[in-house]
Formats: sequence, structure tokens, C-alpha cells
Amino acid sequence: MTVLSVENLQTHFFTRAGVIKAVDGVDFKLDRGEVMGLVGESGSGKSVTGFSILGLVDQPGRVAGGSIRFHGEDLVGKSEEQLRKLRGGKIAMIFQDPMMTLNPVLRIDTQMIEAIKAHENVSKREAWERARDGLGAVGIPSPEERLRAYPHQLSGGMRQRVAIAIAFLNNPDLIVADEPTTALDVTIQAQIIHVAQKMCHERGAAMIWITHDLAVVAGLANRISVMYAGRVVEQGDTDDVIDNPRHPYTVGLLGSVPSANRRGEPLMQIPGMTPNMLNLPTGCAFQARCSRASDACKQAPVPSGEGHLVRCFHPYERVSA
Amino acid sequence: MTDQSLNPEDNTAAQAVLVETPFQRFVSEYADNKIAVVSLVVLVAIVVLAILAPWITPQNPYDLAQVSIMDAAQPPGTEAFDGYTMWLGSDGAGRDLYSAILYGIRISLMVGLASGLIALIIGTAIGLVAAYAGGRVDTLIMRAVDLQLSFPAALIALMLVAALGRGIDKIIIALVVAQWAYYARTVRATALVESAKEYVEAARCLGLSHGRVIFKHVLPNCLAPLIVIGTVQTASAIALESTLSFLGVGLRQTEPSLGVLISSGREYIISGRYWISIFPGIALLLTIVSINLVGDQLRDVLNPRLKK
Repeated sequence: MTVLSVENLQTHFFTRAGVIKAVDGVDFKLDRGEVMGLVGESGSGKSVTGFSILGLVDQPGRVAGGSIRFHGEDLVGKSEEQLRKLRGGKIAMIFQDPMMTLNPVLRIDTQMIEAIKAHENVSKREAWERARDGLGAVGIPSPEERLRAYPHQLSGGMRQRVAIAIAFLNNPDLIVADEPTTALDVTIQAQIIHVAQKMCHERGAAMIWITHDLAVVAGLANRISVMYAGRVVEQGDTDDVIDNPRHPYTVGLLGSVPSANRRGEPLMQIPGMTPNMLNLPTGCAFQARCSRASDACKQAPVPSGEGHLVRCFHPYERVSA
Repeated sequence: MTDQSLNPEDNTAAQAVLVETPFQRFVSEYADNKIAVVSLVVLVAIVVLAILAPWITPQNPYDLAQVSIMDAAQPPGTEAFDGYTMWLGSDGAGRDLYSAILYGIRISLMVGLASGLIALIIGTAIGLVAAYAGGRVDTLIMRAVDLQLSFPAALIALMLVAALGRGIDKIIIALVVAQWAYYARTVRATALVESAKEYVEAARCLGLSHGRVIFKHVLPNCLAPLIVIGTVQTASAIALESTLSFLGVGLRQTEPSLGVLISSGREYIISGRYWISIFPGIALLLTIVSINLVGDQLRDVLNPRLKK
């Protein structure tokens, strides 16, 4: 069952210096319980994609085209009030920095009860019980005590667990997680990934996991979409993309992750920098940094391939399994 | 080693145990400064005396039946017509100065607090809206604030009282109009910083309404500077009221605030009857200075940037 289907999403920022096409034609589908990793460098448009789904793109940006169908209903063009009801209800968000996403002056119980009562007309007692059970479900010991705590009394990992608990409070069908483990220690990272994965399996929620860390999504996501300069350049099943990367950018990304079986060898680097979003080259945005670029790349490549899509004229060949 | 102790959650649980409550920490930090503690004691004493005035003064200076013209302008220590001793002397209308001062502090504090509170509520609401709405709304509101702040508060209050007339209610209106802009500017600056933080975005992602985000999430985070500016502005409201009354446009002679008392003693001071102006002046000085010193210490304690 398709929960979310994004088609040709275009989110542009209309600044004085010109139009920034932060997201320029992104397509993907998410089924129930499926986790998709949205991978890319800073500024590739992955976070803006997430915010577009929630309808929280700040001025001067707006969704300029395409559709975001959630359970078949297009979210683009919905009123602020309709979107507000979905936010935190059927679509929830988890942020990068757990130090910043909880209000420092409000106790955990206040913030959780408020999140429930914003969407359902339940008694305070009932909301409190659900908040307590929510904290228990993400593996927080003695949840009654933690509910009375202020955010600064909890550790970073604990706070991110609280944030995950809040996201799942209203049984969402879709979670947008924006680099939720980037600010955490590696050991805590693993725990948080485990908790998020478990919650998705148990509740059947689909999740978009936005990250720049391929190693994180490799163990977590069912599918991977690699974004570059506002476009999805490669998309496919996780194992397929990791084992058989076809786009030169994905190959570069994978090559720049240190691994045990290449110890001592110099890491591969992608030369150059991400292009200026105000002034993208015509054709493929990656051509200036690509070792395989040719004259053909002056034209914009279209996605090709069955199941495993790649947006490139000169993709790497599949290694036959 | 058991499995239990390897569980990282045990550590985090232990870390969360409280050493002291934030309020206890606040109190101990406040007590670091002895002058601030003395100021607080003086301020509390003044407030208590003012509240208890009807029960601890020998005379009600508002009740004309209790005021005798025979007692006019008597020096400190004189026995009054009614038999009590006027330790601070009496004023030109025959009011016992000790009683008049306590009643005067009552009025001054009441005017200061009422106008301070109303200005705080209005200014805070306007400042929050400006910060949260941004864009044109923000520009419009803040230019109005700039315009207002380019005039001295005393001048604005003076013009308003001249137009509105005398009386406590009119003074309060004038002080509110003269002071709301200070609150609006402070709150807007703080709220702008707070609004940019991720928890506001997160609150919006929870589907909370704008009103809830502004007042439940942003406002509590702006309280520290508000408390500080609130104390300082209350002191300045009291001073402003006294100024207006002294200039003869504030309160009437029948509602003797400290400013009115000081003003009424002006004509006697040349003939050596200093007490009519001096004692209310000292009371006013103590009140304002103690409020300001308390406010200063609050600023130091509540501002994390000034922490050692």
C-alpha cells in the first residue's frame, strides 16, 4: 500500500539574487513500513524535500510544481489549517539536534501532552498515560520520572529518544527524520537507529531517513535515493545501490567512506565542490566533478533503468551477481 | 559484571538525578551580592509598611476629619492636636508626614506596578507578534516603536496628562503609553532569537497553532529579560509619576503621592522647614534605588552571558 508518492516535486526559493531550485524534480514512492534513505551532501535539497512534505518551507521558498500524494491526496495546495492537522498527527518529524528540538523551559510531560491534545480531544490523564507508554516504547527506563524532567536534565541520546517518542505519539503513517543521529555519539547513534527501526516495524509507519552518511542508511533503509543539486541521481534497493552503484556520484560517495578491507589505501575523493545553486550548469549538474563526463552531459540526463534508476549518460555497468 | 551494568540507559538515568532545583540555584546566586540582599530587604520592608499603612499610622491623611489645620507645618517630634507624636513633622495642610509618606508610597507603588504590568502585557504581546510574524508587520510595529522611543518618556507622559487631565487612572494610561515600547523592543529582540531555534520549528511540526507556539513556547523563553526590564521600568514609572506630580500635572493634592508631598514642601523649604520635602524625598529615593538594585542583580543572575 503506497503511503506517500512524490512526483516531480519542485521547491524553489525566489530570492533577490535569482531563483534557487533547491528541489528540482524529485520522484519517489513509499509503502507502509518502508524506510527510505535520502542521501546527499549539504545543500543537495534533501532537507528541503522533507520540509516540503510537511508544508513547512519558509519564505521566500515554495513548492513550485509537482505533487506530494499522501494516501492519494495531494498535499500541495492544501490550506495551512489542513496541513497543520496532518503535521504531528499522520505525518511526524524528527530533527537533527535533540538539544534544540525540545523546548528548554517546558517539562517533557507538558510537551508530550500538548502534542497529543493538539490532535485529539482526550483527557489530560489519558494523554499522560499515552505519553508514559510512548517513552516506555522507545526504551526509556522509569518513564514516570522522565516525564517530570526538563530537557536539560536528560542526555543527548535520551532526548532523541524523547523526540522519537513524540513523533510516534499520534501513530503517524509517515515519519520524516532529518539527520536524527548526526549530533550523537556513534554508540548512541546505533541505539537510536535501532529504536527508530523497531518503532517503524511495530507501528507500520513509513519513514524517510535524511542523512549524508551512507553507512547509517546501509543498515537501516529498504531503499536509497541519492540526491545531488536538487535531483535524485540514483534510486534503488539498498543492497543493490551499495553493491552496484551506477552513478559516478554514488560511486564517489561510497568510495569516500573508510572501510576495513581497504585499510591503508588513500580514500577516494570527489574533486571540486557542490555547484552554486543559483547558477547550475545546463545538463548534468555533476559534470564538472565527474571523471566520466563527455559532451553528451551538456544535455540533461533522464532517469533510466528498471527498479534501480540512474540519472546519467555514462553509468557504471552492473556487476553481474 | 552483569548485563544490567552494561546497559547504557542506567548511566543516563543516574545522570538525571537532581542536585538542586533551579529555584534553589537562583536564590543562592542572588544572595552572592550583599548589596542586592540589603536592597531586597529594604524593598520588602517598604512594601510591607505601605500595605499595612492603615493599621500602623496614627492618621488617615485622606480623611479630612482627621487632619487639623492647627498641626500645619510642625517640626519633627511635635505632639499633634489629637495627642500622638508627629515623629517626622507635618506638612502645610496639617497631615502627619509619617502617615502621609506611607500612604504616599502606597499610591506610588500602586501606580508604578499597575502601569508597569499593563505596559508589560501590551508591549510583550506586540513584540511577540512582531517577531513571529516578521516581514511587513514587524517593520511597521518596530518603526512605531522607534518613533516613540525617540521622544523622552517624560515628555510623552507630560503631554498626555496635560491632555487627559489629572487623576490616578489618567496617570496610569499616560505611563503605559510612555513605556510599552521598551517592553515591545526587548521582547521582540529576544523572541527573534528564540523563534530561530529548532524547538519552535519542532513545535510547528507537531501541528500546534500559531497562538500556542507564540505564547506557550516562545514567551516562556523570553521571561528572563522581561523580568529584568519589568523591575527597572516599574522603578522608572514611579519616578515618572513623582515627576509629573511634582510638576503639578500628576495627582491631586487630595491623593498625596510622594511627588505631591515633595512638591507641597517646596514653598516651605526656604523658611527652614525642610522636613516636608526631605522625608518624602528620602522615601522615594529608597524605593527607587532598592528596586533598581534588585533589578540589576536579577539581570546578572538571569543573564547566562554574565555568569562566571
